[in-house]
Amino acid sequence: MVSLAATFGRGAMTNHWVDFKNSDLFLVIGANPAENHPCGWKWAFHARDHRGARIIHVDPRFTRTSATADKWVAIRAGTDVAFFGGMIRHILENQLYHDEYVKLHTNASFVVSEGFSFQDGLFSGYDEAAREYDTSTWEYERMAAPAPGEGEDAAPSEGFAVRDLSLQHPRSVFQLLKQHYARYTPEVVEEVTGIPADEFVAIADEFGSTGVPEKVGNIVYAVGLTHHTQGSQMIRAAAIVQLLLGNMGRPGGGMNAERGHANIQGNTDNAQSWEILPGYLQIPRPGMETLDQYETPASLTQMDAGSINFFGSNYRKFMISLLKAWYGESAQAANEFHYSYIPKPDKNWSWMTFYAEALAGRLHGLFNSGMSSVNIGPDSNRVVQALSRLKWLVVMDPFPTASSEFWHGEGVDPASVDTEVFFLPTTHWIEKAGAFVNSGRWTQWKHAALPAEGDVKDDAYILSQLLLRLQALYQKEGGAFPDPILDLHWPYSNPNNPPLEEVSREINGRDLTTGAQLATFNDAKDDGTTAIGNWIYTGSWTEEGNMMDRRGTDDPTGLGFFHNWAWSWPANRRVLYNRASADADGRPWDATRPGIVWNGQTWKGDVPDFTPDSPPSEGKGAFIMTGEGVARIFAPGSLMMDGPIPEHYEPVESPVENVLSPTRRVPTTILYEGVAASFAEDDSEFPYVATTYRVTEHEHFVTQYVPYLVEAMPDFFIELPRELANEKGISDLDQVRVSSKRGHVQGVALVTKRMRPLRLGNKVVYQVGIPVHWHPTGGHGKGNTAQMVNLLTPYVGDGTTVTPEFKAFLVNVERA
Amino acid sequence: MKVTRRSFLQGGVAGTLAWSSLGFDLRPARSLIKELKISRASEVRSVCPYCAVGCSMIAYVGGVGETQSFNTTPHLIHIEGDPDSPVNGGSLCPKGAATMQLALSQERIQYPRYRAPGASEWTRISWDEALNRLARLMKTARDERFVATDADGNTVNRNEGFAWGGGATITNEEGYLVTKMMRALGVVGLEQQARL
Repeated sequence: MVSLAATFGRGAMTNHWVDFKNSDLFLVIGANPAENHPCGWKWAFHARDHRGARIIHVDPRFTRTSATADKWVAIRAGTDVAFFGGMIRHILENQLYHDEYVKLHTNASFVVSEGFSFQDGLFSGYDEAAREYDTSTWEYERMAAPAPGEGEDAAPSEGFAVRDLSLQHPRSVFQLLKQHYARYTPEVVEEVTGIPADEFVAIADEFGSTGVPEKVGNIVYAVGLTHHTQGSQMIRAAAIVQLLLGNMGRPGGGMNAERGHANIQGNTDNAQSWEILPGYLQIPRPGMETLDQYETPASLTQMDAGSINFFGSNYRKFMISLLKAWYGESAQAANEFHYSYIPKPDKNWSWMTFYAEALAGRLHGLFNSGMSSVNIGPDSNRVVQALSRLKWLVVMDPFPTASSEFWHGEGVDPASVDTEVFFLPTTHWIEKAGAFVNSGRWTQWKHAALPAEGDVKDDAYILSQLLLRLQALYQKEGGAFPDPILDLHWPYSNPNNPPLEEVSREINGRDLTTGAQLATFNDAKDDGTTAIGNWIYTGSWTEEGNMMDRRGTDDPTGLGFFHNWAWSWPANRRVLYNRASADADGRPWDATRPGIVWNGQTWKGDVPDFTPDSPPSEGKGAFIMTGEGVARIFAPGSLMMDGPIPEHYEPVESPVENVLSPTRRVPTTILYEGVAASFAEDDSEFPYVATTYRVTEHEHFVTQYVPYLVEAMPDFFIELPRELANEKGISDLDQVRVSSKRGHVQGVALVTKRMRPLRLGNKVVYQVGIPVHWHPTGGHGKGNTAQMVNLLTPYVGDGTTVTPEFKAFLVNVERA
Repeated sequence: MKVTRRSFLQGGVAGTLAWSSLGFDLRPARSLIKELKISRASEVRSVCPYCAVGCSMIAYVGGVGETQSFNTTPHLIHIEGDPDSPVNGGSLCPKGAATMQLALSQERIQYPRYRAPGASEWTRISWDEALNRLARLMKTARDERFVATDADGNTVNRNEGFAWGGGATITNEEGYLVTKMMRALGVVGLEQQARL
């Protein structure tokens, strides 16, 4: 999601499920929607049946998605940047790109500063000791101030990026792209990914055919692209393909990230994420002492005359409105609205850092609320050790998890574990109201259906009780800086268990002078007269009521926007960046599938992602959330920590060297203390590439408590190609043991044609598939279900987001 | 909507069983026998708790509202896909179709539990005991690991004493409360399922 924000301005699926019916061609990669998102994926079948759409599936396994696709190719896990890099090269070499779109809606014409370079797999500014880049050369060339007496009547342009709309400047993004991907020939793609060059070219040609106004291609992906050390760059590379082909902002197009949990989008928007505050405001860093120093990120300064720069120019209003929602009356201009209360981290604090801090004896306690550290890993043995070093662990869940029971798990002596463990049983989704945000940003209200059985409590109750008790303790005893706790605005009619309707109204925001719910974030103020919990949700609960609970089924355009069904952030827009669905004159690229259209007075169609009355003649850019006003093929500055253009590196555990450069692994991955020795350096001991996945009958770990689903898919298994099974003397249903440098699991062999040996140059590589769902505390399965795939996975993450590399690592397989 | 739907169902049952070949009217008897279990239920709109397609669901709940009978308590009768939803149009996948068993699982933990250092068993604990003990531990962790000012003299007000790892099946409102409260406590280790 970081990569989508770096490219387009927002970290979310750009289109939505019903919109799939408007696509001509699907490229599904790193996802298996037919099994994991079946009721959404049916809209692809709708497109196939009603408009003759075709489906291409690229995946290490042949799955039910492949079975319903027109074409499937097997790819080596972890090599998607090479795949997309080859595609970018093919599109550029063969002029398949949508030239007018590329010039109008992307930064292809921007000129990059002279200091930028790339050599031997490294971009300029690499510091090997610190394993990080100084990104100051990853910038645009800027315009100087006009000389005295010259151009005084012209609009101010100082500091704007230099552009060359002919795309011929040797340092233009367009030319750099050509140069960078020249190495990614079909033969190289074959040697890296295992996709035969001719099959690759056929796919690149077919998807490249959507680079015309009258066709729209859709890239659909899931965690098969994110769970890698270069996951965010895989997504960036795919996004570049979509920009070159002019497929962004258009009905039927987009970068469609399929989220895997009911409200994973909503909880990201509401900033349960170490680096952000609600509405994607960045968490301040040390040194940003005052609101004035709380800088708008560099990427949100205006860099082109055509840039609306909506986010950048409203940043301060959104931040102050958030502080008013959190600190109420006590937040005043004189005290900077309590900006100083916001914690300022000095390092990455994502998941793996938690356990590293615990292992170092620094972290006292950890909450696991509706998730399980041991199940999800990575390297579950390391996580168990980390939990054993905690003073306390709290599990808030309806069911036991491998984390709540870690202290008496396999190989753990309870007497040796001093961690205090609390199990706080919580209510279920069906027992409480509130909003779930689907992958396509549709924010749908659900109602409480049932009272809970037993002595279980709502999450909101538990949080409130802890807050009220802490307030009492700090009031009585004092302690470290109690002010933010004592001043926290908790204005709910039942402070012991806040009604979620009231919280929802707070998220929407209100005008503090009139007390009215705000209808639009355009009314946010920076003087403390508006309080908004999350500006991107303004409009979700207005004076007219709860917009998320609407059930209108009218669809006047026939394009599936359904503006009266629930509510979609932001501003009830259904397709993000929809200004890019039209050309410079405001005419749709394809009149049969308009996103928004300029009618002479206003933009009509979907809710415009644009100033509604700004005529095309004003020449404003379609991407209002970027300082450039256009989408970023080249991501300047520190938007991405591991490169402004995606480059292929091998997974941390790989059977081969990097064909594309001498830099084998992503140079900026965080190496946590003591983990280097837990990686296989080559394939001598662990020769096979393993990848993990879900099956349609289960959702992560919780469905082990659903007997029907356990009956439908009862046992842990290991999926092996026939050729490997033959070599190893393994037959279907044999027990096999899979080991990595970190642990081992045992399960039933599923010998299959669905995974195939891949030829990489002179080498044949086997891939092995392992489903994720089983765990020792999981209810009903047969004897062998106590196996967690994350005992095998490596403790290392993405070069920018630090998302663990669950999807490509090395194992050995033997008959048990 | 509620009434219309139910009336339609009842009308449908009666209509198909109009005059039978027996030559006399079975309608009153049949309609009594065949009355659907859900006919006296309240329809509550929910959304599937699993993936992020966001399939709308109807939960049929007996023992509530106008149709509540004497001696009944609220109980779940059935869950099905909501045909009005533009997304799922009434369909559900195997997981969604089996959510009744998730909702009514008898394997849920019914009361708070506590496991003391070194102990080999859980012990039952009251909510008050659990929350008081936990608040004390949180305060100790925060007070010991709070950094008000860093080595460069910057005000940072961060609490490195405990971390929050959240899931993604809580609502926006609960997620927002988590963020609001944890940041007020100075927590920097704040994460949820998204990165995993």
